[in-house]
Amino acid sequence: MPIDKNLMRVVSITGVKTETKTVKTMTFKDQLSDKALPGQFLMVWIPRKEEIPLSAMVSNLSGHAAITIRKNGLASTSLFNKKVGDKIGIRGPYGNSFSIKKSNKNVLLMGGGTGLVPLVRLLANMKEFDLNFTIIIGARTSSEIFFLDIVSDLLKGKTYNLLISTEDGTKGTKGYPTDILCDLITRNYVINFIYTCGPELMMKKAYDLALANKIPIEVSIERYMKCGIGLCSSCSINDKLVCVDGTVFNSFQISSLSEFGKCYRDKAGILTKY
Amino acid sequence: MDYNVPISFAGLDLKNPVMIASGILGLSQNIFDRLIKIGAGAIVSKSISNRPRIGYRNPTVVPLENQNWLNAVGLANPGADVFSEEISNNKVPLMVSIVGSSTEEFRTIVQKFENSNIVGFELNLSCPHVEKMGMEIGDDPNLVGKIVKSIKDLSSKPLIVKVGLGKSDILQIAKVAEEAGADGITAINTLRAMKIDITNKCPVLENKIGGLSGAAIRPIGVRCVYELYKVLKVPIIGCGGILTISDMLEYIMAGASAVQVGSYIAQNGMDSIGKLVNNLQHYLKTEGYSNLEEIVGIAHR
Repeated sequence: MPIDKNLMRVVSITGVKTETKTVKTMTFKDQLSDKALPGQFLMVWIPRKEEIPLSAMVSNLSGHAAITIRKNGLASTSLFNKKVGDKIGIRGPYGNSFSIKKSNKNVLLMGGGTGLVPLVRLLANMKEFDLNFTIIIGARTSSEIFFLDIVSDLLKGKTYNLLISTEDGTKGTKGYPTDILCDLITRNYVINFIYTCGPELMMKKAYDLALANKIPIEVSIERYMKCGIGLCSSCSINDKLVCVDGTVFNSFQISSLSEFGKCYRDKAGILTKY
Repeated sequence: MDYNVPISFAGLDLKNPVMIASGILGLSQNIFDRLIKIGAGAIVSKSISNRPRIGYRNPTVVPLENQNWLNAVGLANPGADVFSEEISNNKVPLMVSIVGSSTEEFRTIVQKFENSNIVGFELNLSCPHVEKMGMEIGDDPNLVGKIVKSIKDLSSKPLIVKVGLGKSDILQIAKVAEEAGADGITAINTLRAMKIDITNKCPVLENKIGGLSGAAIRPIGVRCVYELYKVLKVPIIGCGGILTISDMLEYIMAGASAVQVGSYIAQNGMDSIGKLVNNLQHYLKTEGYSNLEEIVGIAHR
């Protein structure tokens, strides 16, 4: 009988990799999460603390999955402090995924912070195709840049263009990842498709640029989630629920989401402006 | 699809008897519009308190084995002022569920919605996991009578009272509500329950105790509706563990004039709501009934 993805599986953490001072990747054994599509998320339970949605990260080990966490609030900090052997609960994977079309030769992936996680999984799923990859990684400062090793590992033997932006200019171009995107478009750099995940205001800028230049785009939207299964409405954006209708939305869908880049619902469900 | 199985009850004329239960998708006007478009007969909002509530920390919803769910959301809601603004352009059959801890609080909330375009109120007297709200009020027959009467004195909109299984007899509480002026009764709410993770040796819900919904509570809900139908004059809305058309028919045959679904959406997704209505249409047609009323309470004959 197939495993019901809704039922929580309690798993042991089998590996912890420090990405930066505030970011870690944790690996665990779980057949269902191993099969997660790029863009899908897991509901991760940290016993006695909280449950949070996290994008499925790649893992090198078969039958294993990973999550990448930035220490921030109660849940993420307690997860960040977990060690090999500690036990967490997983349900999912939930949500839809990025679409992959081999006909889009020149793909651009743009991630800000931990928004890179689903894009790395997408890269892992696309690496076998004969595509030209451009990757834009954005961070506040050089010490907060991570996944460079994973990206170069995934694209070993391929030609690709990796561009970095930092807000303080300590590495790569000074500014935001969207500044790089804007520059590429201005210089008539060939882009057939854009995938992006990260802060919503960054993705809104990317969407506006894509729309103005007729480049198809898919964005992975993040919202406050309680249930993860389409019951509670806390992740609603206009008439869509990010947990079941998303997290990935394409250009056409975003065109009808007037709340995208403008407002979100807080923990009480109050529509709040960014 | 027309989703047309017209019903009249408690002063309401609805396109069909399938309502979205309180707590399920009950927050956003855009989602309400979508739910009605895809087949829902009416929607009950999340329980709205006077002030905003952020509710409990996650996990707030825990799927369990055998099509059951456990939840303790903690009555998270935007509060009466913000929610009345949210629904200021409402055009769909929306019932506002209200929750409070005193007669005065209920009156304050009702006043804020008196001019809203809504089809009525549902009084939540049965939330099983928030202190001094919901069930703690629903367990006190005197208080239930006072609250219902004070709301009826204030508003002409239909008032449905949602009762559950607390310490008091559900039949007694429903009867008290009816005598105080309630226009209908919703039965039942979730049942106090919990899940312990034996690996980490701790409860899974952040609030430790929550409310059980899904297949396990259906026979209890059907029994309550059956018994309530015998003692009440006002119509009943059946709720609890409806996952298929057969489950819905059980409630109707026990005496429910309409039903509310929550677990059904957890199981099948919101876009499947119209299918439940279509299946009901199909059932009535193939069994030769011309309207739903013909089978309401038929199991009593």
